[in-house]
Amino acid sequence: MLREATLVARKDLRVELRSRVTTNQVVPFALVVLVLFAFALDPDRGVLERATPGLYWVAVLFCALLAVQRAFAVEAADGIRDALRLTGIEPAGLYLGKALAVAVQLLVLEVLLGLGVVVLYDTALGGWGLLIATCLVATAGIAAAGTLFGVLAAGLRVRETLLPLLLLPALAPVLLATTRASEAALGDDTAEGWPWLGLLGVFALVYLTAGLIGFGALMEDT
Amino acid sequence: MEPVVHLRAAAALLGRFPALAGADLDVASGEVVLVRGPNGAGKTTLLRTCAGLLPVVSGEARVLGHDLRTDRRTVRRHVGLLGHGTGLYDELTVADNLSFWTRAAGADERDAVAALYRLGLAGRLRDVPVGRLSAGQRRRVAFAVLVARRPALWLLDEPHAGLDHEARDLVDDLVRDAAAAGATVLLASHELERAEPLAARIVTVNGGVTTEAAGVA
Repeated sequence: MLREATLVARKDLRVELRSRVTTNQVVPFALVVLVLFAFALDPDRGVLERATPGLYWVAVLFCALLAVQRAFAVEAADGIRDALRLTGIEPAGLYLGKALAVAVQLLVLEVLLGLGVVVLYDTALGGWGLLIATCLVATAGIAAAGTLFGVLAAGLRVRETLLPLLLLPALAPVLLATTRASEAALGDDTAEGWPWLGLLGVFALVYLTAGLIGFGALMEDT
Repeated sequence: MEPVVHLRAAAALLGRFPALAGADLDVASGEVVLVRGPNGAGKTTLLRTCAGLLPVVSGEARVLGHDLRTDRRTVRRHVGLLGHGTGLYDELTVADNLSFWTRAAGADERDAVAALYRLGLAGRLRDVPVGRLSAGQRRRVAFAVLVARRPALWLLDEPHAGLDHEARDLVDDLVRDAAAAGATVLLASHELERAEPLAARIVTVNGGVTTEAAGVA
Protein backbone atom coordinates (compact mmCIF):
# COMPACT_ATOMS: atom_id res chain seq x y z
CA MET A 1 0.00 0.00 0.00
CA LEU A 2 2.81 2.43 0.84
CA ARG A 3 4.51 1.75 -2.51
CA GLU A 4 1.24 2.53 -4.30
CA ALA A 5 0.66 5.63 -2.17
CA THR A 6 4.15 6.92 -3.00
CA LEU A 7 3.61 6.25 -6.70
CA VAL A 8 0.29 8.14 -6.72
CA ALA A 9 1.64 11.04 -4.62
CA ARG A 10 4.67 11.48 -6.87
CA LYS A 11 2.43 11.44 -9.94
CA ASP A 12 0.02 14.01 -8.47
CA LEU A 13 2.88 16.29 -7.45
CA ARG A 14 4.47 15.93 -10.88
CA VAL A 15 1.14 16.91 -12.49
CA GLU A 16 1.10 20.01 -10.28
CA LEU A 17 4.72 20.87 -11.02
CA ARG A 18 4.09 20.60 -14.76
CA SER A 19 0.78 22.49 -14.76
CA ARG A 20 1.94 25.05 -12.16
CA VAL A 21 -1.64 25.68 -11.05
CA THR A 22 -0.57 25.84 -7.41
CA THR A 23 2.27 28.29 -8.00
CA ASN A 24 0.51 30.42 -10.61
CA GLN A 25 -3.00 30.50 -9.19
CA VAL A 26 -3.38 29.13 -5.67
CA VAL A 27 -0.43 30.99 -4.10
CA PRO A 28 -1.44 34.39 -5.57
CA PHE A 29 -5.05 33.69 -4.50
CA ALA A 30 -3.93 32.99 -0.93
CA LEU A 31 -1.84 36.16 -0.80
CA VAL A 32 -4.72 38.21 -2.19
CA VAL A 33 -6.97 36.83 0.57
CA LEU A 34 -4.40 37.92 3.19
CA VAL A 35 -4.18 41.39 1.64
CA LEU A 36 -7.98 41.73 1.60
CA PHE A 37 -8.18 40.77 5.27
CA ALA A 38 -5.54 43.41 6.00
CA PHE A 39 -7.54 46.05 4.09
CA ALA A 40 -10.73 45.11 5.92
CA LEU A 41 -9.19 45.22 9.40
CA ASP A 42 -6.41 47.77 8.99
CA PRO A 43 -8.21 50.69 10.73
CA ASP A 44 -7.80 48.77 13.96
CA ARG A 45 -4.38 47.08 14.10
CA GLY A 46 -5.30 45.45 17.40
CA VAL A 47 -8.12 43.45 15.82
CA LEU A 48 -5.88 42.34 12.96
CA GLU A 49 -3.20 41.19 15.39
CA ARG A 50 -5.69 39.21 17.49
CA ALA A 51 -7.39 37.72 14.47
CA THR A 52 -4.20 36.71 12.63
CA PRO A 53 -4.26 32.97 13.50
CA GLY A 54 -7.92 32.66 12.44
CA LEU A 55 -7.40 34.63 9.23
CA TYR A 56 -4.33 32.56 8.41
CA TRP A 57 -6.19 29.26 8.77
CA VAL A 58 -9.23 30.51 6.85
CA ALA A 59 -6.85 31.34 3.99
CA VAL A 60 -5.33 27.85 4.29
CA LEU A 61 -8.81 26.26 4.12
CA PHE A 62 -9.65 28.20 0.96
CA CYS A 63 -6.40 26.98 -0.59
CA ALA A 64 -7.14 23.43 0.53
CA LEU A 65 -10.47 23.58 -1.33
CA LEU A 66 -8.66 24.55 -4.52
CA ALA A 67 -5.98 21.89 -4.06
CA VAL A 68 -8.52 19.12 -3.45
CA GLN A 69 -10.68 20.21 -6.37
CA ARG A 70 -7.64 20.24 -8.61
CA ALA A 71 -6.51 16.79 -7.41
CA PHE A 72 -9.73 15.24 -8.67
CA ALA A 73 -10.40 17.51 -11.65
CA VAL A 74 -7.32 16.22 -13.52
CA GLU A 75 -8.79 12.72 -13.30
CA ALA A 76 -12.27 13.64 -14.47
CA ALA A 77 -11.21 13.80 -18.12
CA ASP A 78 -10.32 11.28 -20.80
CA GLY A 79 -11.10 8.05 -18.97
CA ILE A 80 -8.41 8.48 -16.30
CA ARG A 81 -10.75 7.47 -13.49
CA ASP A 82 -11.56 4.19 -15.24
CA ALA A 83 -7.89 3.66 -16.05
CA LEU A 84 -6.98 4.05 -12.37
CA ARG A 85 -9.62 1.53 -11.34
CA LEU A 86 -8.24 -0.92 -13.90
CA THR A 87 -4.67 -0.76 -12.58
CA GLY A 88 -5.52 -2.78 -9.52
CA ILE A 89 -4.09 -0.12 -7.19
CA GLU A 90 -5.65 -0.65 -3.77
CA PRO A 91 -8.16 2.14 -3.01
CA ALA A 92 -6.44 2.73 0.35
CA GLY A 93 -3.13 3.30 -1.47
CA LEU A 94 -4.80 5.66 -3.91
CA TYR A 95 -6.41 7.59 -1.05
CA LEU A 96 -3.20 7.83 0.91
CA GLY A 97 -1.23 8.95 -2.16
CA LYS A 98 -3.70 11.67 -3.09
CA ALA A 99 -3.94 12.89 0.51
CA LEU A 100 -0.13 12.97 0.74
CA ALA A 101 0.15 15.07 -2.43
CA VAL A 102 -2.48 17.53 -1.14
CA ALA A 103 -0.67 17.71 2.22
CA VAL A 104 2.69 18.51 0.58
CA GLN A 105 1.11 21.32 -1.45
CA LEU A 106 -0.61 22.69 1.66
CA LEU A 107 2.62 22.67 3.67
CA VAL A 108 4.34 24.73 0.96
CA LEU A 109 1.38 27.12 0.94
CA GLU A 110 1.43 27.38 4.73
CA VAL A 111 5.09 28.44 4.69
CA LEU A 112 4.38 31.10 2.06
CA LEU A 113 1.29 32.29 3.91
CA GLY A 114 3.35 32.39 7.12
CA LEU A 115 5.80 34.71 5.42
CA GLY A 116 2.79 36.70 4.22
CA VAL A 117 1.41 37.30 7.73
CA VAL A 118 4.87 38.24 9.02
CA VAL A 119 5.26 40.85 6.27
CA LEU A 120 1.66 42.09 5.92
CA TYR A 121 0.39 41.78 9.51
CA ASP A 122 3.71 42.42 11.27
CA THR A 123 3.26 39.20 13.25
CA ALA A 124 6.09 38.00 15.48
CA LEU A 125 6.33 34.22 15.23
CA GLY A 126 7.15 32.16 18.31
CA GLY A 127 6.34 28.95 20.15
CA TRP A 128 7.99 27.11 17.33
CA GLY A 129 7.47 23.57 18.62
CA LEU A 130 3.73 23.99 19.05
CA LEU A 131 3.43 26.05 15.87
CA ILE A 132 5.17 23.46 13.66
CA ALA A 133 3.32 20.54 15.28
CA THR A 134 0.00 22.37 14.76
CA CYS A 135 0.76 22.97 11.09
CA LEU A 136 1.75 19.33 10.50
CA VAL A 137 -1.21 17.76 12.29
CA ALA A 138 -3.74 20.26 10.91
CA THR A 139 -2.40 19.69 7.40
CA ALA A 140 -2.80 15.93 7.83
CA GLY A 141 -6.40 16.39 8.99
CA ILE A 142 -7.31 18.83 6.21
CA ALA A 143 -5.75 16.61 3.53
CA ALA A 144 -7.38 13.47 4.95
CA ALA A 145 -10.86 15.03 5.10
CA GLY A 146 -10.42 16.90 1.81
CA THR A 147 -9.45 13.80 -0.12
CA LEU A 148 -12.37 11.84 1.32
CA PHE A 149 -14.92 14.53 0.43
CA GLY A 150 -13.11 15.18 -2.84
CA VAL A 151 -13.80 11.69 -4.17
CA LEU A 152 -17.38 11.93 -2.95
CA ALA A 153 -17.95 15.05 -5.04
CA ALA A 154 -15.68 14.05 -7.94
CA GLY A 155 -18.18 11.93 -9.84
CA LEU A 156 -20.96 14.50 -9.67
CA ARG A 157 -21.72 17.25 -12.17
CA VAL A 158 -22.10 19.80 -9.39
CA ARG A 159 -18.74 18.95 -7.82
CA GLU A 160 -17.33 22.50 -7.94
CA THR A 161 -20.12 23.88 -5.79
CA LEU A 162 -20.78 20.76 -3.74
CA LEU A 163 -17.26 20.30 -2.40
CA PRO A 164 -17.14 23.55 -0.37
CA LEU A 165 -20.60 22.79 1.02
CA LEU A 166 -19.45 19.37 2.20
CA LEU A 167 -15.90 20.13 3.22
CA LEU A 168 -16.01 23.48 5.00
CA PRO A 169 -18.50 22.39 7.71
CA ALA A 170 -16.51 19.19 8.20
CA LEU A 171 -13.35 21.24 8.69
CA ALA A 172 -14.93 23.62 11.23
CA PRO A 173 -13.41 21.69 14.18
CA VAL A 174 -9.98 21.95 12.51
CA LEU A 175 -10.37 25.69 12.10
CA LEU A 176 -11.32 26.05 15.77
CA ALA A 177 -8.53 23.83 17.09
CA THR A 178 -5.77 25.17 14.83
CA THR A 179 -6.72 28.77 15.60
CA ARG A 180 -6.63 28.15 19.35
CA ALA A 181 -3.37 26.20 19.15
CA SER A 182 -1.78 28.87 16.94
CA GLU A 183 -2.95 31.66 19.28
CA ALA A 184 -1.32 29.83 22.17
CA ALA A 185 1.90 29.35 20.18
CA LEU A 186 2.06 33.03 19.30
CA GLY A 187 1.07 34.11 22.82
CA ASP A 188 2.77 33.83 26.16
CA ASP A 189 1.39 30.48 27.36
CA THR A 190 2.00 27.64 24.92
CA ALA A 191 0.68 25.10 27.44
CA GLU A 192 -2.89 26.12 26.51
CA GLY A 193 -2.26 25.00 22.93
CA TRP A 194 -1.33 21.37 23.46
CA PRO A 195 -4.86 20.10 24.27
CA TRP A 196 -6.07 21.72 21.05
CA LEU A 197 -3.27 19.95 19.21
CA GLY A 198 -4.51 16.67 20.73
CA LEU A 199 -7.99 17.40 19.39
CA LEU A 200 -6.50 18.05 15.96
CA GLY A 201 -4.70 14.71 16.15
CA VAL A 202 -7.94 12.88 16.93
CA PHE A 203 -9.67 14.62 14.03
CA ALA A 204 -6.87 13.71 11.62
CA LEU A 205 -6.88 10.10 12.77
CA VAL A 206 -10.67 9.77 12.41
CA TYR A 207 -10.69 11.13 8.86
CA LEU A 208 -7.60 9.16 7.86
CA THR A 209 -9.23 5.94 9.08
CA ALA A 210 -12.53 6.80 7.38
CA GLY A 211 -10.67 7.52 4.14
CA LEU A 212 -8.63 4.33 4.19
CA ILE A 213 -11.80 2.29 4.74
CA GLY A 214 -14.34 4.22 2.68
CA PHE A 215 -12.45 5.64 -0.30
CA GLY A 216 -12.88 2.52 -2.44
CA ALA A 217 -16.64 2.35 -1.96
CA LEU A 218 -17.00 6.08 -2.67
CA MET A 219 -14.91 5.76 -5.82
CA GLU A 220 -17.18 2.96 -7.04
CA ASP A 221 -20.43 4.71 -6.23
CA THR A 222 -19.76 8.14 -7.70
CA MET B 1 -12.91 -25.38 -20.51
CA GLU B 2 -14.62 -22.34 -18.99
CA PRO B 3 -15.06 -19.43 -21.42
CA VAL B 4 -13.06 -16.27 -20.74
CA VAL B 5 -16.29 -14.27 -20.88
CA HIS B 6 -19.56 -15.88 -19.80
CA LEU B 7 -22.70 -13.75 -19.61
CA ARG B 8 -26.21 -15.12 -19.17
CA ALA B 9 -29.10 -12.66 -18.93
CA ALA B 10 -26.59 -10.26 -17.37
CA ALA B 11 -27.94 -6.83 -16.45
CA ALA B 12 -25.70 -3.95 -15.42
CA LEU B 13 -26.24 -0.44 -14.10
CA LEU B 14 -24.74 2.83 -15.26
CA GLY B 15 -25.12 5.00 -12.19
CA ARG B 16 -28.66 4.31 -11.10
CA PHE B 17 -29.94 3.51 -14.57
CA PRO B 18 -30.12 0.11 -16.31
CA ALA B 19 -27.49 0.00 -19.05
CA LEU B 20 -27.19 -3.63 -20.05
CA ALA B 21 -30.36 -5.68 -20.18
CA GLY B 22 -30.08 -9.42 -20.44
CA ALA B 23 -26.81 -9.86 -22.31
CA ASP B 24 -25.82 -13.40 -23.32
CA LEU B 25 -22.27 -13.96 -24.47
CA ASP B 26 -19.62 -16.66 -24.38
CA VAL B 27 -16.10 -15.93 -25.60
CA ALA B 28 -13.55 -18.72 -25.63
CA SER B 29 -9.88 -18.30 -24.77
CA GLY B 30 -7.85 -16.87 -27.66
CA GLU B 31 -10.96 -15.89 -29.61
CA VAL B 32 -11.35 -12.50 -31.32
CA VAL B 33 -14.98 -11.36 -31.25
CA LEU B 34 -16.35 -8.26 -32.96
CA VAL B 35 -19.20 -6.45 -31.22
CA ARG B 36 -21.32 -4.38 -33.55
CA GLY B 37 -24.46 -2.32 -33.21
CA PRO B 38 -25.85 1.16 -33.84
CA ASN B 39 -24.92 4.20 -31.73
CA GLY B 40 -26.23 3.82 -28.20
CA ALA B 41 -26.82 0.10 -28.62
CA GLY B 42 -24.72 -0.78 -25.58
CA LYS B 43 -21.38 -1.82 -27.12
CA THR B 44 -19.32 0.37 -24.80
CA THR B 45 -21.46 -0.68 -21.85
CA LEU B 46 -20.88 -4.34 -22.69
CA LEU B 47 -17.10 -3.81 -22.77
CA ARG B 48 -17.10 -1.78 -19.54
CA THR B 49 -19.20 -4.46 -17.85
CA CYS B 50 -16.71 -7.14 -18.93
CA ALA B 51 -13.91 -4.94 -17.57
CA GLY B 52 -15.59 -4.95 -14.15
CA LEU B 53 -16.28 -1.22 -14.22
CA LEU B 54 -20.07 -1.46 -14.03
CA PRO B 55 -21.99 -3.34 -11.34
CA VAL B 56 -23.84 -6.44 -12.55
CA VAL B 57 -27.17 -6.60 -10.77
CA SER B 58 -28.73 -9.77 -12.14
CA GLY B 59 -27.96 -12.80 -14.27
CA GLU B 60 -24.69 -14.69 -14.53
CA ALA B 61 -21.47 -12.82 -15.34
CA ARG B 62 -18.03 -14.40 -15.15
CA VAL B 63 -14.81 -13.07 -16.67
CA LEU B 64 -11.55 -15.02 -16.51
CA GLY B 65 -13.21 -17.34 -14.01
CA HIS B 66 -14.16 -14.53 -11.60
CA ASP B 67 -17.71 -13.57 -10.75
CA LEU B 68 -18.39 -9.98 -11.81
CA ARG B 69 -21.02 -9.63 -9.10
CA THR B 70 -18.60 -10.33 -6.27
CA ASP B 71 -15.04 -10.07 -7.53
CA ARG B 72 -14.81 -7.16 -9.96
CA ARG B 73 -11.53 -5.86 -8.55
CA THR B 74 -9.69 -9.07 -9.42
CA VAL B 75 -11.10 -9.00 -12.95
CA ARG B 76 -9.84 -5.45 -13.49
CA ARG B 77 -6.24 -6.46 -12.84
CA HIS B 78 -6.31 -8.95 -15.71
CA VAL B 79 -8.16 -7.04 -18.42
CA GLY B 80 -7.02 -4.18 -20.61
CA LEU B 81 -9.58 -1.64 -21.82
CA LEU B 82 -8.97 0.91 -24.54
CA GLY B 83 -12.10 3.03 -24.43
CA HIS B 84 -13.11 6.36 -25.94
CA GLY B 85 -10.79 8.12 -23.49
CA THR B 86 -7.09 7.38 -23.53
CA GLY B 87 -6.65 7.44 -19.75
CA LEU B 88 -3.56 9.63 -20.02
CA TYR B 89 -2.61 12.76 -18.07
CA ASP B 90 -2.37 15.77 -20.39
CA GLU B 91 0.09 17.53 -18.07
CA LEU B 92 2.58 14.66 -17.97
CA THR B 93 4.99 13.79 -20.74
CA VAL B 94 4.72 10.59 -22.76
CA ALA B 95 7.59 9.12 -20.71
CA ASP B 96 5.94 10.12 -17.40
CA ASN B 97 2.63 8.58 -18.47
CA LEU B 98 4.27 5.34 -19.57
CA SER B 99 6.23 5.18 -16.32
CA PHE B 100 3.22 5.81 -14.08
CA TRP B 101 0.71 3.54 -15.80
CA THR B 102 3.05 0.60 -16.23
CA ARG B 103 4.27 0.80 -12.64
CA ALA B 104 0.70 1.18 -11.37
CA ALA B 105 -0.28 -1.99 -13.23
CA GLY B 106 2.88 -3.88 -12.26
CA ALA B 107 3.97 -4.02 -15.91
CA ASP B 108 7.37 -3.54 -17.51
CA GLU B 109 7.89 -0.01 -18.85
CA ARG B 110 10.31 -1.34 -21.49
CA ASP B 111 7.43 -3.26 -23.09
CA ALA B 112 5.47 -0.02 -23.41
CA VAL B 113 8.43 1.79 -24.97
CA ALA B 114 8.92 -1.07 -27.43
CA ALA B 115 5.22 -1.00 -28.36
CA LEU B 116 5.40 2.76 -28.81
CA TYR B 117 8.26 2.41 -31.30
CA ARG B 118 6.37 -0.35 -33.06
CA LEU B 119 3.38 1.98 -33.34
CA GLY B 120 5.59 4.50 -35.07
CA LEU B 121 5.75 7.15 -32.38
CA ALA B 122 9.22 8.62 -32.64
CA GLY B 123 11.51 8.77 -29.60
CA ARG B 124 11.66 12.58 -29.75
CA LEU B 125 8.09 12.66 -28.44
CA ARG B 126 9.06 11.00 -25.15
CA ASP B 127 9.46 14.34 -23.39
CA VAL B 128 6.43 16.03 -24.93
CA PRO B 129 3.37 16.56 -22.68
CA VAL B 130 0.53 14.30 -23.82
CA GLY B 131 -1.74 17.34 -24.01
CA ARG B 132 0.29 18.57 -26.97
CA LEU B 133 -0.07 15.36 -28.98
CA SER B 134 -2.62 14.82 -31.71
CA ALA B 135 -5.59 12.54 -31.02
CA GLY B 136 -3.99 9.76 -33.05
CA GLN B 137 -0.67 10.06 -31.20
CA ARG B 138 -2.45 9.95 -27.85
CA ARG B 139 -4.25 6.82 -28.92
CA ARG B 140 -0.94 5.18 -29.84
CA VAL B 141 0.48 5.96 -26.38
CA ALA B 142 -2.63 4.44 -24.78
CA PHE B 143 -2.20 1.37 -26.95
CA ALA B 144 1.42 1.06 -25.85
CA VAL B 145 0.34 1.05 -22.19
CA LEU B 146 -2.27 -1.61 -22.98
CA VAL B 147 0.29 -3.82 -24.72
CA ALA B 148 2.73 -3.53 -21.81
CA ARG B 149 0.07 -4.71 -19.36
CA ARG B 150 -0.22 -7.99 -21.30
CA PRO B 151 -3.85 -8.48 -20.30
CA ALA B 152 -5.50 -11.87 -20.67
CA LEU B 153 -8.58 -10.12 -22.09
CA TRP B 154 -8.32 -7.14 -24.45
CA LEU B 155 -11.39 -4.91 -24.58
CA LEU B 156 -11.09 -2.49 -27.49
CA ASP B 157 -13.71 0.18 -28.07
CA GLU B 158 -13.34 1.65 -31.56
CA PRO B 159 -9.61 0.86 -31.62
CA HIS B 160 -9.09 2.41 -35.06
CA ALA B 161 -10.74 5.74 -34.26
CA GLY B 162 -8.51 8.75 -34.84
CA LEU B 163 -5.66 6.73 -36.34
CA ASP B 164 -4.12 7.16 -39.79
CA HIS B 165 -3.99 4.28 -42.27
CA GLU B 166 -0.51 3.17 -41.24
CA ALA B 167 -1.33 3.17 -37.53
CA ARG B 168 -4.52 1.20 -38.18
CA ASP B 169 -2.49 -1.52 -39.85
CA LEU B 170 -0.10 -1.54 -36.88
CA VAL B 171 -3.00 -1.84 -34.44
CA ASP B 172 -4.38 -4.76 -36.46
CA ASP B 173 -0.97 -6.45 -36.23
CA LEU B 174 -0.91 -5.94 -32.46
CA VAL B 175 -4.38 -7.47 -32.11
CA ARG B 176 -3.41 -10.46 -34.23
CA ASP B 177 -0.19 -10.93 -32.24
CA ALA B 178 -2.08 -10.74 -28.95
CA ALA B 179 -4.56 -13.37 -30.12
CA ALA B 180 -1.73 -15.56 -31.40
CA ALA B 181 -0.10 -15.30 -27.98
CA GLY B 182 -3.28 -16.61 -26.37
CA ALA B 183 -5.05 -13.39 -25.38
CA THR B 184 -8.78 -13.06 -25.90
CA VAL B 185 -10.03 -9.96 -27.71
CA LEU B 186 -13.45 -8.34 -27.62
CA LEU B 187 -13.60 -5.35 -29.94
CA ALA B 188 -16.42 -2.96 -30.65
CA SER B 189 -16.34 -1.09 -33.92
CA HIS B 190 -18.41 0.70 -36.49
CA GLU B 191 -15.74 0.17 -39.09
CA LEU B 192 -16.82 -3.30 -40.07
CA GLU B 193 -14.66 -3.52 -43.18
CA ARG B 194 -11.60 -2.94 -41.03
CA ALA B 195 -12.64 -4.99 -37.99
CA GLU B 196 -14.32 -8.04 -39.55
CA PRO B 197 -11.10 -9.59 -40.92
CA LEU B 198 -9.69 -9.58 -37.38
CA ALA B 199 -12.66 -11.38 -35.85
CA ALA B 200 -13.57 -15.05 -35.72
CA ARG B 201 -17.12 -14.20 -34.72
CA ILE B 202 -19.53 -11.26 -34.69
CA VAL B 203 -21.98 -10.41 -31.94
CA THR B 204 -24.68 -7.80 -32.42
CA VAL B 205 -25.81 -5.65 -29.52
CA ASN B 206 -28.98 -3.58 -29.53
CA GLY B 207 -30.76 -1.94 -26.64
CA GLY B 208 -28.22 -3.42 -24.26
CA VAL B 209 -29.12 -6.95 -25.36
CA THR B 210 -26.95 -9.29 -27.41
CA THR B 211 -29.32 -10.35 -30.18
CA GLU B 212 -27.29 -12.18 -32.75
CA ALA B 213 -24.09 -14.13 -33.23
CA ALA B 214 -22.62 -15.12 -36.54
CA GLY B 215 -19.42 -16.85 -37.55
CA VAL B 216 -17.22 -15.11 -40.04
CA ALA B 217 -14.16 -17.36 -40.01
